[in-house]
Amino acid sequence: MKISARRVDTATILDVSGNIDMSNSPEVRNALLREIREKGVTRVVLNLTGVAYIDSSGVASLVEGLKASRDSGSRFVLFGLSDSAREVLKISRLLKLFEVYDDETQAIAS
Amino acid sequence: MNPIAAKQPRGMKKSSKMSRAFLLKLELRSHPTLLCVIRGALEPLMEMLGFSDEYNRAIIRAVDEAVSNIMRHSYHGRLDQPIEVYCNRLQRRTNGETEKGVEILLFDCGAAVDTTKLPARPLDEIKPGGLGLHIIRGSMDTVEYKRAGRLNRLRLVKYARSSKGGCGSAEGEPS
Repeated sequence: MKISARRVDTATILDVSGNIDMSNSPEVRNALLREIREKGVTRVVLNLTGVAYIDSSGVASLVEGLKASRDSGSRFVLFGLSDSAREVLKISRLLKLFEVYDDETQAIAS
Repeated sequence: MNPIAAKQPRGMKKSSKMSRAFLLKLELRSHPTLLCVIRGALEPLMEMLGFSDEYNRAIIRAVDEAVSNIMRHSYHGRLDQPIEVYCNRLQRRTNGETEKGVEILLFDCGAAVDTTKLPARPLDEIKPGGLGLHIIRGSMDTVEYKRAGRLNRLRLVKYARSSKGGCGSAEGEPS
């Protein structure tokens, strides 16, 4: 799995590629919390286009990112969810908690 | 550590008798980097069995979460402990129709699991963790845990409903 960060206007977009599971989900968590807590970015956009699979530990990392963004008054937005990612969020009843967009343009414009 | 170089599994004698009856047997170490190997092995098998993409994802999701739980709760993060995964084809008659499915058995030699103490948080709580059991139960038709001697056995079953295109038998597939 790879994570890279880029700035678009006031947002930071984290591009993730590869599958997210127990072996690497802490990297996602750390990347999210670094942007939200340490750098104080006001809008963090997570690009999951390149993520075919995400497990419960990955979902837990997203929830931590969401909670951190709420605590700091910033926004945390997702886009590019695969069927698998959407299903796991749905089973966990977390899908409605997140701001989810189809693509980057929509996520940035939101 | 390198899981491939780890010592030979122990405590799996009981389960090894079943290997002939199964479509697939995987032996692996409790190393999280091997989760992708399990997913990679199951995907083409479920495709071969005729499961739809949606069912295929559900089965892989459940097995991945179950193995993650073994690594986390049964082996407490130790990386070199044995895990075995068996897959078998199932068939049943329901309302005059034949439903085909898959049975997946997972064995480990870790401490007995007190299922009442496994973290499974209420889904209306917004906090990380405790989702694995929900995901397994929400993905499979049957989830059964049993302590068998020194082994933990988890049995997962998923049937493909005929109305969903399901799990037909393809020509040339093993029976």
